Amino acid sequence: MADIAQLAQALRARKVSAIELARQSLATARSRSDLNAFVTLDEDAALAAAQRADAALAAGAAPALAGIPFVHKDIFCTNGIRTTCASRMLQNFVPPYDAAVVERLALAQAVSIGKANMDEFAMGSSNENSCFGAVKNPWDVTRVPGGSSGGSAAAVAAGIVPLATGTDTGGSIRQPAAFCGITGLKPTYGRVSRYGMIAYASSLDCAGVLARSAADCAAVFAAMAGHDARDATSVDRPCDDCVGALSTKLQGIKIGVAREYFGAGVEAGVDAATRAALREFERLGATLVDISLPHAALAIPAYYVIAPAEASSNLARYDGVRYGHRCTDPQSLEDLYTRSRGEAFGAEVKRRILIGTYALSAGYYDAYYLRAQRARRVVADDFAEAFKTVDLIAGPTAPTVAFKLGEKTSDPLAMYAADVNTVAVNLAGLPAISIPAGFSDSLPVGLQLIAPAFAESALLAAAHQFQLATDWHARSPNA
Amino acid sequence: MAIDSATVARIARLARLPLDARTSTQTANELARVLDLAGQLANAALDGVEPMAHPHAQTLVWRADAVTESDRADALLAQAPDARAGLYAVPKVIG
Repeated sequence: MADIAQLAQALRARKVSAIELARQSLATARSRSDLNAFVTLDEDAALAAAQRADAALAAGAAPALAGIPFVHKDIFCTNGIRTTCASRMLQNFVPPYDAAVVERLALAQAVSIGKANMDEFAMGSSNENSCFGAVKNPWDVTRVPGGSSGGSAAAVAAGIVPLATGTDTGGSIRQPAAFCGITGLKPTYGRVSRYGMIAYASSLDCAGVLARSAADCAAVFAAMAGHDARDATSVDRPCDDCVGALSTKLQGIKIGVAREYFGAGVEAGVDAATRAALREFERLGATLVDISLPHAALAIPAYYVIAPAEASSNLARYDGVRYGHRCTDPQSLEDLYTRSRGEAFGAEVKRRILIGTYALSAGYYDAYYLRAQRARRVVADDFAEAFKTVDLIAGPTAPTVAFKLGEKTSDPLAMYAADVNTVAVNLAGLPAISIPAGFSDSLPVGLQLIAPAFAESALLAAAHQFQLATDWHARSPNA
Repeated sequence: MAIDSATVARIARLARLPLDARTSTQTANELARVLDLAGQLANAALDGVEPMAHPHAQTLVWRADAVTESDRADALLAQAPDARAGLYAVPKVIG
């Protein structure tokens, strides 16, 4: 399957047009409806955007991503196009504005073909929590693609589109990237504007990209990143030239191998593939350094207090009054709120709202929420300490390969444990990438690299150098 | 730790989520299990650690006190489940 660079070249050489690429993507999407990766396919909007891209290409004035088809995770508000967050609450919600990420990729003249399926309100690690049904993993349709950006990951892995936007609050870009054998970048918190990105946990949510390579992620990240005054948490700091820095060699780069990320829960096949990938980094000139992140075990408990607490506040806006689902014939305001929310939220969303409400309630706030914020500080300090001696930190993205549909749905805690290697990164606000590193039982294994805040260029360069020397990222389930 | 039904009911009320007798026990059990997970923080050495609300040392940005919004009432009311005379209609609250 072609990557962005190859497609861009073909477009400029007039071997293919943006309209043809859009039609191809739409046709492939329809032929792979078994994956259930899409909530909305918008042919009219796609062809109109492709036509504009073709005009820009013909005029010789086209941005790097012009004419490249892609899909937005259905968490980004798209003006005039249904945006659901895979929830009955927003099943018919049509936003009157575009998210910043949507604006920026439209400015870059990339061509959106629709909205990708996801876990409801970004809460989940398997994309089984969608009101539109589960997404299937293109490598094995009896297995999950990961979550919450499962639709985005499946669409890229199946070759429907070369890139997709996603969001990552506890691992929701990186883990589906690992399960689907593609590359997923979670930027530094605040690096990409959250304006128009439907909120789950405001101090953790990050917009990012899933694509077939680190080089492709760099190109999209360059278009997405940057300060936005409409997002109060957006960082006003110039972006590095991540595309230009891709050629930085691995000589002299120190990669910290965190022993806590290779814990008891990591499957033997995942452990083996990850360690083999790290030996490849060594062969390419990096130095591996054993490190410890001593408070790693606090990350899951802290995350599953902080994220639900923030979610309970963010989801209080869904009250059936101004937008979203309203129950029929409400008898009182109380009835309006309670029945609308009860009817429209799925089980996992309700569970997290209740946990968060408890953690923030009078008498429990100090013992739960405040305590979790203290744990957050020590988890973040572990990374800061480690980065005094290493440039990057590595480990398996997920402890297992993609599990079977239905395998973990009866036990929320088993599902939460799948995030063990990813959530600490969100608590610390750091950038991280998951790259394909091999296979276990014929299923993809992802390696996670973590960098200090705002060091996406180092992350992408290291990943790119690995991908120049290996071909795990070029493998496809369609072969 | 066990969560009693009165607590579950109180939390559900705060969250404006419905609770019936059938789901109440299951909800209490699930809540208890997740809170046990959170309880792992109880034994950690965290006293005296400054709570972290935000990953970067960043202060809230202020903007000029000037009107920048345009009148988009029609576009916004178009989303409403029940809009009347330019207002959001809800069941009577007082009286």
